[in-house]
Amino acid sequence: MTDMPVFMTRPDERGRFGRFGGRFVPEALMPACLELEAAFIDAWSDPVFVGEYERVLRDFAGRPTPVTPLERLSERLGIRIFAKREDLAHTGSHKINNVIGQTLLTRRMGKHRVIAETGAGQHGVATATAAARLGLECTVYMGQLDTERQSLNVFRMELLGATVVPVMSGSRTLKDAVNEAMREWVTCVEDTHYCLGSVMGPHPFPWMVREMQSIIGREAARQLDELGVGTPDMVVACVGGGSNAAGVFAGFANSSARLVGIEAAGGSAVGKGSPGVLHGMKSLLMQDEFGQIEEAYSISAGLDYPGIGPEHAYLAEIGRAEYYAIGDEDVIDALRLLSEMEGIIPALETAHAVAWLVQAAGSIIPSGSSVLLNLSGRGDKDVAQVRAILRGEA
Amino acid sequence: MKTLETHLRAIRTSGRKALVPYFVAGLTSDWVRHVEAAVHAGADAVEIGIPFSDPMMDGVIIQEAALRALEAGTTLDSACRDVGSLAASVPLVAMTYYNIFHHYGLERAAGTLHAAGIQGAIVPDLPLEEAADWTVACDAHDVATIFLFAPSTPPDRVQRLAKATQGFAYASARMAVTGQAADIGDAERVVRSIRAHSDVPTYVGIGITTPAQAHDAASFGDGVIVGSALVKVILDGGGPAEVEDFVSSFRRALD
Repeated sequence: MTDMPVFMTRPDERGRFGRFGGRFVPEALMPACLELEAAFIDAWSDPVFVGEYERVLRDFAGRPTPVTPLERLSERLGIRIFAKREDLAHTGSHKINNVIGQTLLTRRMGKHRVIAETGAGQHGVATATAAARLGLECTVYMGQLDTERQSLNVFRMELLGATVVPVMSGSRTLKDAVNEAMREWVTCVEDTHYCLGSVMGPHPFPWMVREMQSIIGREAARQLDELGVGTPDMVVACVGGGSNAAGVFAGFANSSARLVGIEAAGGSAVGKGSPGVLHGMKSLLMQDEFGQIEEAYSISAGLDYPGIGPEHAYLAEIGRAEYYAIGDEDVIDALRLLSEMEGIIPALETAHAVAWLVQAAGSIIPSGSSVLLNLSGRGDKDVAQVRAILRGEA
Repeated sequence: MKTLETHLRAIRTSGRKALVPYFVAGLTSDWVRHVEAAVHAGADAVEIGIPFSDPMMDGVIIQEAALRALEAGTTLDSACRDVGSLAASVPLVAMTYYNIFHHYGLERAAGTLHAAGIQGAIVPDLPLEEAADWTVACDAHDVATIFLFAPSTPPDRVQRLAKATQGFAYASARMAVTGQAADIGDAERVVRSIRAHSDVPTYVGIGITTPAQAHDAASFGDGVIVGSALVKVILDGGGPAEVEDFVSSFRRALD
């Protein structure tokens, strides 16, 4: 057994997963990144801290989330699909797992304020929620285009006491929100933690966020055992930055399960990207021939990101995980299919993974396979947009 | 010692405070004329920004300028080509984000800078811990690797950065991205922390907006870098004459 490779462990001391990762930030932020790394390592090995994190996720966020066999869809597609129901977690997606951990860490570091970026608004809402719970000030940076696409989530954040700052620069989406949050962090790093929402950014964020999301995979592995399924043949999740995928993959990285990430075709960093440096990390990025970052386009604001977390880039490169892309045109059909056949309205992000199951069942996914689908979020935030699309208004 | 540092040390030895204006390459089609105007008005070296789509260390003024320059088709190659037509003989320093060099190829990028007569490079998203490969590439082409020092940099890091920086030490006056500011913040403390470890020329930047601020910063530093305030003059439609007036006002404040 000594020759067996071990996946999804700690990155090296420079925060590298293979050749990806690292810490490419302005000098002004280096001390904060080093402080955060030390604080996370200390907290994550402290049973009192981890105990509180798990207790809050249980008593406040509703964990463990169930695993639901999707019986009708399974029969239709000829595979056995089990959905890990992150849509049932408080605030409607897996994002709550990470922010509960990071806000507890913020308090432990003696900081009283958090800032965050958000795309679809799920991470912003989750951060505002977790900040309210601990009485932390909260400011969320959101691309101006996304504040329009997801205006209800803006209002939710404001109800939760957060300030939402529309970002007017660049493509006015998630990538620009990250830029602006980084710029803001430089000015307030003394008393403010940057609560990054995905497995991206400078070390230790990709590792820390994966660790805080890995509860998804650990729970699911146990639940599939209890259901008598054991190790599934495949684990499937949508990928923007890649936090829900990293979280569920972490529970199966050292099993025989195939790991599959589904990108939006317009934000396909593995499919169309090349190695580059953005937002503090070396990873795969969509960029032009001069190294200018390209704008991603997706029907779902949460996947509208030209990069991917560095550990995903590494898992793709070594072949431990596979990545496929789904275009906007298949996403609405998948959302309707899951809604009508299973009584679950998924987030548009999650619907990409559903669409891929429909497409790949019987081919890339051999008939009869057992598949764990990470149902990363619910579609409540998207219904106005979906209605407009179905009525031909958007 | 790299050529840039030899030059900049000589300026200090002559008793002159260095004035380093910053320009965004390709912001206007005649941007090289702006550089020449600045040199005519007494600039001692010039920092040339190569535009990047996601300038994490820049505020709204330079963001806007970079966007315009990119829309005009500016690239590392076009910037270096333009620099070749520059009728001025002061040291030139490039400033851009790491992805531009990384994508171009580190060794090739350093060679291109050198061939254009650019003697140093500032890469604000490349901290010391990640800079080894870039430094090796620059060493092969006499390009100085210039590091920033922040008010948040603790003493042990100041010591390591002071050893690593070449040409000059870039002292950030404040915890902020580039932009205009009402005062020079923590500049004196940052400069003195560098001086405790190195006699490398130390220039103050980030937020230097008025000649009076430049004068104050030069009372403890060896020079100043003026970026956003100057780029704003050009964004507002100023040409070579306005650039010359602006730079002259800083020159007078430093002399």
